[in-house]
Amino acid sequence: MSEKLTEDQIRHVAKLARLNCTDQEIATFTTQLAAILDYFDQLRELDTTDVEPLAHCLPIHNIFRPDQILPSLSNEQALANAPRRDGEFFSVPKILDDSNA
Amino acid sequence: MDVKLIAGLEIHVQLATKSKLFCGCKVGFEDPPNSNVCPVCLGLPGVLPLMNKKAYEYAVRTALALNCQMARFTKWDRKSYYYPDLPKNYQISQYDLPLSHDGYMEIPLEDGTTKKVRIIRAHLEEDAGKNLHEGLDHSRIDLNRTGTPLLEIVTEPDLNSPVECRILAQELQKLVQFLGVSEANMQKGHMRFEPNINLQIIDDDGREYRTPICEVKNLNSFRALERAVAYEEWRQLEEWKHDHDFTLEKMGKQNRGWNDARNETIFQREKEEAHDYRYFPEPDLVPVELDDDWLEKIKAALCELPLAMKQRFIQDYELNDYDAGVLTADRATAEFFDGAVKAGGSAKRAANLVTQFGLKTAHERNCRVNELGVTVEQVAQLAQLVEEGAVSSSAAITIFEKMLTDESDPKAIAEKHNLIQQSDAGALEAIVDEVIAANLQAAEEVKSGGKKAKKARGFLMGQVMQKTKGQANPKIAGELLDGKLKE
Ligand SMILES: [Zn+2]
Repeated sequence: MSEKLTEDQIRHVAKLARLNCTDQEIATFTTQLAAILDYFDQLRELDTTDVEPLAHCLPIHNIFRPDQILPSLSNEQALANAPRRDGEFFSVPKILDDSNA
Repeated sequence: MDVKLIAGLEIHVQLATKSKLFCGCKVGFEDPPNSNVCPVCLGLPGVLPLMNKKAYEYAVRTALALNCQMARFTKWDRKSYYYPDLPKNYQISQYDLPLSHDGYMEIPLEDGTTKKVRIIRAHLEEDAGKNLHEGLDHSRIDLNRTGTPLLEIVTEPDLNSPVECRILAQELQKLVQFLGVSEANMQKGHMRFEPNINLQIIDDDGREYRTPICEVKNLNSFRALERAVAYEEWRQLEEWKHDHDFTLEKMGKQNRGWNDARNETIFQREKEEAHDYRYFPEPDLVPVELDDDWLEKIKAALCELPLAMKQRFIQDYELNDYDAGVLTADRATAEFFDGAVKAGGSAKRAANLVTQFGLKTAHERNCRVNELGVTVEQVAQLAQLVEEGAVSSSAAITIFEKMLTDESDPKAIAEKHNLIQQSDAGALEAIVDEVIAANLQAAEEVKSGGKKAKKARGFLMGQVMQKTKGQANPKIAGELLDGKLKE
């Protein structure tokens, strides 16, 4: 992590998050993110040899709900905040790449 | 030149819970768009997911049946990607501590042998919504499916033909249906396949090449799976023949889509590496610890698995491979047949009754064999009547048909409808004697063994059947007749 963060890496991350950033913003974020990573480098200085890795910060586990159907929102309520809709659907710019994970 | 296909499968199976994985919205297939949604599955700010216990238990049950090692400690992670059908911009999935790993599944091959296919892992995750954009200038988003529990099963690349890929998928369908963890209805999209395929090519000079690994996304039928793998097998070899630099080292991995109408795969994009998904632990869900008691409880819900059952039917009941396969196609049929044999019916006769009449009738009535209103005891008794020669095979079908509406035992039904065969050798002998005495010429013809012998024997048998109103056991009557005419 002590490697220098590059503007290209920031552009890549911005692209993955579908963010349009100006060159100025890219420069700013590169510095800001680098500062955050520096902070993690400081944390790394701690000796954690005998510390068990933590999967969650709460000391609890096995929180479940039973398989029961609860009321959903109405279609109107569900779409109430949508910037655009098409009948009962949310409407978004056409997606060309129809793959998902 | 030696070419070997190497394929692994990633399979998503929709688990048969009533409600979604992290909220109480109904899992519904044909409901109006965006009607089974709530702030949790819409990804609205400030909400918290709460895990469905049944979904976790179904996942564990399946992983156990896949001979997996169970994680006693498991957690969930966020897989980040930006897509309109995934409103949170991340999918809750499992990354480094999946609930199970390192299992295997045995699949029956066409040559009668079985093959062990290793399972890398099986984990629980949520489904995304649906995009519809056919004929539109924009995309319509339906989020009813978001948050539906999916079990993702990943195999090692142990599959070496398109047929093996298809068989594994079909066996898995049977398995999850047997286990009762998924309806696995293909029309409803309950199973989706993503094969990753490449070729190992050894050219005539002994040099080894590996073609780029291609993952074909979102196949939703067995036929599409088999054809997509076959297409890739052909395409990759052609590409390599054209250019020997068509290799994994030089080209990397890629994602392809399947065009069913054109029967070909289409390049989509270079495959994103795992770090592009920026996995990180899901802070909104606490980990799950699976202790011995709980594991034992889930194990108790396991049943005999379809392949094991099929092999038992072949070995213990001496059924042929085809009948055993038909009878283990679904759990209800398999257990019904097994029940009839355990209730004392001859396995061979019970198999005939179930395959020749039971399944056909169940199909006509759109139900399962065990829902026909006939008990396993009735089928067992009927099978025994056939076995003892008390009723003929064809009369047994008639009796089975009557059992659909008549709860009496099959013997009573047979008697009521005069379907009992005359098997009493003493009584039959008298009738045979009578028939011979009345037809001396025909009897002579049989004895002399000439051209007319066969026809004459048929005539005499016909007379015996007529005198017994068709109820003589043909085997016994024939033996008696032959015995007399040899003297
Ligand atoms: Zn919901």
